[in-house]
Amino acid sequence: MTPFDYARATDRADALRQGAATNIAFLGGGTNLVDLMRERVASPARVIDVSLLPGAIEDSEGGGLMIGAAVRNTALAEHAAVRARYPMLSRAILAGASAQIRNMATVGGNLLQRTRCTYFYDVEGSRCNKRAPGSGCDARDGFNRIHAVLGASEACVATHPSDMCVALAALDAIVHVEGPGGARTLPFGELHRLPGDAPDRDTVLAPGELITAVELPPLPLAARSTYRKVRDRASYAFALVSVAAAVEMDGDRIADLRIAFGGVAHKPWRATRAEAALRGATASAQAFRDAAAAEFADARPLRDNGFKPALATRTLAAVLSELTTGEAA
Amino acid sequence: MSIVDTAKQTAQGLMQGALEKLVPLAPDSWIPGGVPDPLIARKHGLIGSPVSRLDGRLKVTGAAPFAAEYRFDNMVYAALTYATIARGRIAALETAAAEAAPGVVLVMTYRNAPRMAPPPAFGSSPGGVGPADLPILQDDRIHWNGQPIACVLAETQEQADHAAALIAITYAEEPSTTSLTGAKANGIEQALFMGQKLLNEIGDPEGALAAAPYRVDQVYRTPRHSHNPIEPHAATLAWIGDELVIHDASQMVSQQAQTMADVFGLKAEQVRLTSPYVGGGFGSKGLWDHQVIAAAAAKLSGRPVRIALSREGVYRTVGGRTLTEQRVAIGADADGRFQSLIHTGLAVMTPHNAMPEPFILGSRATYAAPNILLKVEVARMNMLANTFMRAPGEAVGTFALESAIDELATELGIDPVELRIRNEPDKDPISGLPFSSRHIVEAWRQGAARFGWDSRAPAPAMRQEGEWRIGMGCATGTYPYYRMPGAEARITLTRDGDGVRALVEVAAAEMGMGTSTTTAIVAAERLGLPLDWVEVGYGDSAIPGAIMAGGSQQTAAIGAAVIAAQGALVAELLKLAGNDSPLAGLSVDEVGCDAGGLAKLDEPARRESYASILARAQRDSVSATRPGSPPLELMHWSMHSHSALFCEVRVNAVTGETRVSRFLGSFDCGRILNAKTAASQFRGGIIMGLGMALMEETQFDERNGRIMNPSLAEYHVPVHLDVPEIDVIWTDIPDPHTPMGAHGVGEIGITGVAAAVANAIYNATGTRVRDLPITLDRLL
Repeated sequence: MTPFDYARATDRADALRQGAATNIAFLGGGTNLVDLMRERVASPARVIDVSLLPGAIEDSEGGGLMIGAAVRNTALAEHAAVRARYPMLSRAILAGASAQIRNMATVGGNLLQRTRCTYFYDVEGSRCNKRAPGSGCDARDGFNRIHAVLGASEACVATHPSDMCVALAALDAIVHVEGPGGARTLPFGELHRLPGDAPDRDTVLAPGELITAVELPPLPLAARSTYRKVRDRASYAFALVSVAAAVEMDGDRIADLRIAFGGVAHKPWRATRAEAALRGATASAQAFRDAAAAEFADARPLRDNGFKPALATRTLAAVLSELTTGEAA
Repeated sequence: MSIVDTAKQTAQGLMQGALEKLVPLAPDSWIPGGVPDPLIARKHGLIGSPVSRLDGRLKVTGAAPFAAEYRFDNMVYAALTYATIARGRIAALETAAAEAAPGVVLVMTYRNAPRMAPPPAFGSSPGGVGPADLPILQDDRIHWNGQPIACVLAETQEQADHAAALIAITYAEEPSTTSLTGAKANGIEQALFMGQKLLNEIGDPEGALAAAPYRVDQVYRTPRHSHNPIEPHAATLAWIGDELVIHDASQMVSQQAQTMADVFGLKAEQVRLTSPYVGGGFGSKGLWDHQVIAAAAAKLSGRPVRIALSREGVYRTVGGRTLTEQRVAIGADADGRFQSLIHTGLAVMTPHNAMPEPFILGSRATYAAPNILLKVEVARMNMLANTFMRAPGEAVGTFALESAIDELATELGIDPVELRIRNEPDKDPISGLPFSSRHIVEAWRQGAARFGWDSRAPAPAMRQEGEWRIGMGCATGTYPYYRMPGAEARITLTRDGDGVRALVEVAAAEMGMGTSTTTAIVAAERLGLPLDWVEVGYGDSAIPGAIMAGGSQQTAAIGAAVIAAQGALVAELLKLAGNDSPLAGLSVDEVGCDAGGLAKLDEPARRESYASILARAQRDSVSATRPGSPPLELMHWSMHSHSALFCEVRVNAVTGETRVSRFLGSFDCGRILNAKTAASQFRGGIIMGLGMALMEETQFDERNGRIMNPSLAEYHVPVHLDVPEIDVIWTDIPDPHTPMGAHGVGEIGITGVAAAVANAIYNATGTRVRDLPITLDRLL
């Protein structure tokens, strides 16, 4: 670990003031940032602890929920309103990490966690454009079982590791941000970037910008939603593929739905093509599979992850079957 | 009440029941006609009851000092820098920034390291346990990606870690072999294991295979596995005068001290190595580069050193299990009787070590066949030296063999349990020796009944509940009985009021499996003392003899040494007893140990307590040291343990995820000495086998030989949710030709497990997976 200064922000204004310096990192639960610092993937000169800033879960003016960035993952997953109105979010959080990590991890930090690509973590021995822009990508022709099949670039094939963010993408969450340029909001789907030729930038946040809250808009259909994660062991493993989905039925037709995939791209993947194919359609196993196939039509598998489109298709079909019929596929 | 108290009370209660019976001295012979260890006849004592670890409370309260918890005054902390190429030279080495970093005491590289001899590689000399025959930090050569090339000492661990990252290295790369294809192209050789060819051939195996009406002939692959004991490797050491004192984490205490002495040109007695508590070893807690480097840096700096490897450091510098490619071919007649058994293949090792994964060992004595070919060949690769990992050979060899038998059972339409029983040999198929003790058929019958094997679907893919396909599989596990020479025991009786305390010292290693507790149990029974009067000394190179916690043989080695020392101790006591004792005139063969003293075997009332003998002789204590007798039993019998394993899996029809829902291990391992610690060994081995079956794999990048998942986040072992209730039972039939009638139990647990899982997956899905690990993509 590279030596650094540590400061605890007394309030949001203090955090923003301190955050205006160069080479700073905001510290939430530290469950990812501290690992990255230990591995010297991240070497901030100054760490500003924002984990003690006020964090609450409150009803928002628009009828949704406003979730403070410092809310711990466990508190969010256990919150009664989240469990009742957005069950996919509770399930996504509980599918991730371990109880100990969830007790520490914050909402803001979860949004900003970085890829688990092993070449990204190997500072001494591997090339990585995300860690060292322009150095090359050793994952493209190396171990890439957990890597992206959608939206990747020549420069980077990493995936975003969060489970919670997959649910937030499906729920059309709104991210509240404050920074040197003032306060702003952005749709969740615009927070994370595809790698393109600048994979070192995971998000569109400007230097010094601090996530202050995540807002869940009212979404009645989310009351019938779930999250399913497929992984290499029963717990404490990142998703090979995950699906967050919510469905509202009108007879045997799908009135409306939301779908997002995890584990397939550089960002939580909102499945707009699959949604469009299914919105208004009659629910059937074939329709689900066709919709997933449309979503993955442009998939570009690598050496080790060729199973992902098929796995995602099967998993989506099973999830939608469960949500539309109440029965497992 | 503490666990220790509970254990002692249990033990005392049991002791009182047992005290009426006299234990004669054990015969010091393990040859035909010899009398079995009399402890075998002792059915109602402490042996076999569930006794908690006597050091359990120390461990759970954090009071047991592990290697990285010892302190010396003025101690500094070490950090290592590792090479990032597979082969070549260090062209430039920039250490100024590290030397100038805060807290740094020393930066040591090949340029300034003291001159040291290469450690003798494991197996090359009686005491040598080096990882390879490579010099350590003596020149600019790089032999593997991950090799330590610099060591920083600093006042804190954080300062050392930071400075180690500031060392800039430029390499001159040289051609290397880091792919399996490349290694094969370089040529393959007959493997030698402990100096012996891994080759057995009887009859005409290929001809008999071709002529057999039923046959299987398949290739099975197992990947590299990395060692992940919960305690990463560490040592705290100091030069005190001309003596090197090392607090290490070791499963081969005396041998490591000897090898360190060899490296530094010292006499053996100038190295004192202690290792009372070890957080798991599994074959990995031996001598690697880090102890040598830390001792050299301590010498150069004049400061005591603590070196505690990071988890990544363990992956880079502590070898694991190598990969294998195995062919198993079996030809059988219509009744399922094997006409030919062929088990051959390839393992990979380095140019500098001598550890071919001996995967045919378990195939030598498990099944009868008139024509047999067993052969291991090796190819060489530039990589970290591979090493022993729990049941080296058998763990992966049984995956191939027992999968093939399942495939043959399918071909034949014979129940796989029945097929195995039909091929039970009546003597060792290779050596022709009789078996010392073999009750695997009982283990199969008992296990099958308890597991409900008769409810298994006779054909694959017949049972499904919701998304989950359900199947059952079975396999045989096997591991040999060994007893290595070199063990000694010292027993000291010391007066304590009207009684005595016994100190039993053996140069043994306790990796956490319960050796010290089991040794105390056996010694208490043998000496006729309550358990809490017996203390066991171990894990210290100052204790005479050399015992290794390896090959599942430590308990037998200790047992034979304690028998010998007890005989000498009794002789000494009779001498001290003199003419005024009720025992006057009796010979060693006429007395036994009983209720805190000696008694005449056929006249138990004629007795005298140890304390009384010592008091009359005006002695505070009496001591005897003896080596165990040579392991002659291994020359007269074929000696093996076996297990019958039953597994139920659920495989998700949508995602291919496998969940093991039930597991039963039915073991035939001689007499069980401590039901609690033995059950933990069996269960732990089975859990490790589940990991091997479903998830463990070291990601070795064949482009540059670098391990890419050096952490427990990315290298998957089973988490709690992956492990079902595991039922273990045992025959508990003593082997009349071993100390205590016992066989080792440390390694057999993992053997056969991967095959039982793979066979259950086949039964659930109809998909046969021959490459480990069986990840979900193989089942989509």
